[in-house]
Amino acid sequence: MTKSVQTETVVNEERKTSTHKFLIHEQGDHVGVATSPIQAGERVKGIYMSDNTEVEFLALGDIPLGHKIALVDLEENQPVLKYGIQIGLTTKKWIAGDYVHTHNIKTARW
Amino acid sequence: MGNQLFGYRRENGKVGIRNHVIILPVDDISNAACEAVARQIQGTMALPHAYGRLQYGPDLDLHFRTMIGIGSNPNVAAVVVIGIEENWSKLIADGIAETGKPVSYFSIEGNGDLEIIRQASWKAKEYVQWASELQKEPIELSDLTVSIKCGESDTTTGLGSCPTVSQAVDRLVDAGATVFFGETSELTGGEHLIYNRMATDELKDKFMGIYENYVGEIESKGVDLLGSQPTQGNIAGGLSTIEEKALGNIAKTGTKEVIGVLDPAEKPLNGNGLYFMDTSSAAAECITLMAAGGAVLHLFPTGQGNIIGNPIEPVVKITANPVTAATMSEHIDVDVQGLLSRTITIEEAGDQLMDVIARTVNGRLTCAEALGHREFVMTKLYRSA
Repeated sequence: MTKSVQTETVVNEERKTSTHKFLIHEQGDHVGVATSPIQAGERVKGIYMSDNTEVEFLALGDIPLGHKIALVDLEENQPVLKYGIQIGLTTKKWIAGDYVHTHNIKTARW
Repeated sequence: MGNQLFGYRRENGKVGIRNHVIILPVDDISNAACEAVARQIQGTMALPHAYGRLQYGPDLDLHFRTMIGIGSNPNVAAVVVIGIEENWSKLIADGIAETGKPVSYFSIEGNGDLEIIRQASWKAKEYVQWASELQKEPIELSDLTVSIKCGESDTTTGLGSCPTVSQAVDRLVDAGATVFFGETSELTGGEHLIYNRMATDELKDKFMGIYENYVGEIESKGVDLLGSQPTQGNIAGGLSTIEEKALGNIAKTGTKEVIGVLDPAEKPLNGNGLYFMDTSSAAAECITLMAAGGAVLHLFPTGQGNIIGNPIEPVVKITANPVTAATMSEHIDVDVQGLLSRTITIEEAGDQLMDVIARTVNGRLTCAEALGHREFVMTKLYRSA
């Protein structure tokens, strides 16, 4: 007979159902981060981590977990804010709801 | 937290949370003898590595500093040093002996592997039996030196696991502990944030000098980091630019003033508090340098699932990525995915991590320890002569 012990990963057991699909670090950020996979055409709720306010957007592209959704329209070559700080430049025009990744943002360093 | 912590107070007063007897090769060609001793004498550990021959200048200094620092780490009870030549073996053993801990050195030239394995095994047996009777005693958080570095980052590290580590860093520093962070090139895009947290103008200048030197070294190769920063794993996890990666990285460093800027593997001299150490951002190199600087416990936030461990300091892994927590659970010590689903607060995540820190100090093996991850990688500044 085998005797088992509790495995050691520490996880908070209490988990309520949550309806948001993305999080935003700061007010004024241009992008949010998907915390669940998002499908094109879906209306999705986001929460600002800084003050718990909520927003809703129509997703225009499929956005995998951890990838970004545009929250504002931006022209090409504009600074992009996340954490309230610039994380790069747009490489083409975006509109709110677009999928944001290496196809439409690049570092401002090189 | 409230749990009493226990650790090993070493001869020089420094506190360790593990009790290793290590067989330390001075150079690559002494690995075989060290590994033979460690196979023969149970409870000892060899630390094979790739270097130690024909190095010169600052690169050789760093080699010695790393070797001496690893031997001096408070998680190490005693050390057997084996090298091909006597001089460098003695130099490293003498450096370690300054801590007051037992150390002996052996040189293979003129003896051969088999004779040195015989002699070193006798000494290793004596050390490991002595160390096995050392007792832990009550310690405080302020006795600990903790290092932090993240890896296989994605956007969930910036949202969850790094802010969780940040909570721990602030609590540790408030309790009087010492904390190291580093990853010089991965501060790019947020280096001004670290600059602004330096305690003095002198430290600000020293930090920017080190940062610009590192980035300048990369640029002097005629390349930029576009191909490797962010890494393919980072990009798969949703990070698009090095600035975005840096801001997530910096999110783990807490909010405290930085009271010292250290060279790679350098020991802190300004008292307890938060230090920046100039390191590579490659996990094994970075953690090895921090262990050589005296860190006894490492906190490692990961997004996509870096599986790193270290032979000297236990590595605690934290993730907020629900996919990684599910698919790589054997590597994850602390799961804070509740930060993404908004079912736990950041303070609660910090409590979870502090609890695992206390348990790890008191002997719980980390996932990396249980899985045998002992990545020991020397940093080399340039090719040997």
